[in-house]
Amino acid sequence: MIKVTDLHKSFGDLEVLKGIDAEVKEKEVVCVIGPSGSGKSTFLRCLNLLEEVTSGEVVIDGESLTNPQININKLRSQVGMVFQHFNLFPHKTVLENVTLGPLKVKEVSKDEADKLGRSLLEKVGLSDKADVYPGALSGGQKQRVAIARALAMNPKVMLFDEPTSALDPELVGDVLAVMKDLAKEGMTMVVVTHEMGFAREMGDRVIFMDEGVIMEEGDPNDIFDNPQNPRTKEFLSKVL
Amino acid sequence: MEALMELINSQHWGNTLPFIRRGLALTLYITLVGVLIGFFIGTITGIARLSKNKLIYALATIYIELIRGTPILVQALVLYFSISQTFGINLDAVTAGIVAIAINAGAYIAEIVRGGVESIDKGQMEAGRSIGLSSTQTMRYIIWPQAFKRMIPPLGNQFIISLKDTSIFAIISVGEVTFLMRQYVSSTAATFEPYVMLCLAYLIITIPAMLILRMIERRLDV
Ligand SMILES: Nc1ncnc2c1ncn2[C@@H]1O[C@H](COP(=O)(O)OP(=O)(O)O)[C@@H](O)[C@H]1O
Ligand SMILES: [Mg+2]
Repeated sequence: MIKVTDLHKSFGDLEVLKGIDAEVKEKEVVCVIGPSGSGKSTFLRCLNLLEEVTSGEVVIDGESLTNPQININKLRSQVGMVFQHFNLFPHKTVLENVTLGPLKVKEVSKDEADKLGRSLLEKVGLSDKADVYPGALSGGQKQRVAIARALAMNPKVMLFDEPTSALDPELVGDVLAVMKDLAKEGMTMVVVTHEMGFAREMGDRVIFMDEGVIMEEGDPNDIFDNPQNPRTKEFLSKVL
Repeated sequence: MEALMELINSQHWGNTLPFIRRGLALTLYITLVGVLIGFFIGTITGIARLSKNKLIYALATIYIELIRGTPILVQALVLYFSISQTFGINLDAVTAGIVAIAINAGAYIAEIVRGGVESIDKGQMEAGRSIGLSSTQTMRYIIWPQAFKRMIPPLGNQFIISLKDTSIFAIISVGEVTFLMRQYVSSTAATFEPYVMLCLAYLIITIPAMLILRMIERRLDV
């Protein structure tokens, strides 16, 4: 589903990604862990071209993102993204947040979009919040709306960038529950996370990133119980 | 005491009224039309100032700095005398006034627009793009509505500033309220009442405008 080959990304003189090779298969849940500043967000953002790739190749569902002829808007609509700070549209109601993409990108009818929006809000447990504004929601509720918003485009892949890091601890569970449901339904997911419990339970594979490279990757149980790379060991000893 | 009574009973209070009414109508007309055009100029140049295209950015910057770096009185003189006489474009005084306000307010509004758009969190653009909206669509549906809300108070301020700026068009004989009061003064030799009335004429617009603005600000809690 996703194939990344020798991906480099620099901001000016600062090389943040120093040659990443990775693959995500259909229906796979890949969790990316690593210290702050190691390039996890940048890696994720390269997967839907929120960051321009410096060199290397990213192929999603057979389409190369570095091909200049690519329809970038169409591609992005097929790759859902969930941000650490939700980034909901504060001037639109919860339902409008979810239906904007279908209405303006897919140009479905208002009735159809509303129906889809309400069913997605039900799925994330927020049917009763359809007509309120995001400002009235808790962080956990906001993040669930953000997930519904991304799902509304019927994406082939969902990218999550520390979706629970900005949440109060008691609100993390609701968001993780929604993500678990998604994983069980067979959604292909790449999740940057500090929730090691989630990575162990739901991850088909864990990638440990440090200093712009993948230091180690493998089955979650192997990585967590028996890390091979000293950097992985050091990182895990701090967070577990 | 007697002098004071005389002043209070002066006929000039009433006699200036028709001129105030007529002049204020033109003042408001020039301001409204000028600021409205200025808003379009400002929106385009303000967005140009956010452009990554160096030429577009440079052109917008030159315009804004030229206007902000010179007094509006000089701009009006250039428009009305230099340009219209040298190039033979016959601008009548009122049109010159409207154009001067539009060009002048446009430069300040450009900075209001730029500031408003820049004040919106970068994550909003990213969220819009990530669901597949184009950058124009994201601007239109996501960024602009939020930025515009924040622009309302400074836009209201600019309106008040431009309203007061129209008074300098007396110098190019635009028959707005300041010009008419100056004429009244020179034909009657009364100086006190006409100019007090002139102050009141501006205040009757600006004070309610400021009150309304403050109310809107509180509503929007920006
Ligand atoms: N837009 C940017 N401009 C310059 N440097 C950036 C930018 N985005 C990220 N960086 C830098 O790239 C490095 C990796 O950042 P990031 O991918 O956010 O790491 P992580 O998500 O693992 O914490 C950091 O040193 C950060 O300062
Ligand atoms: Mg990050």
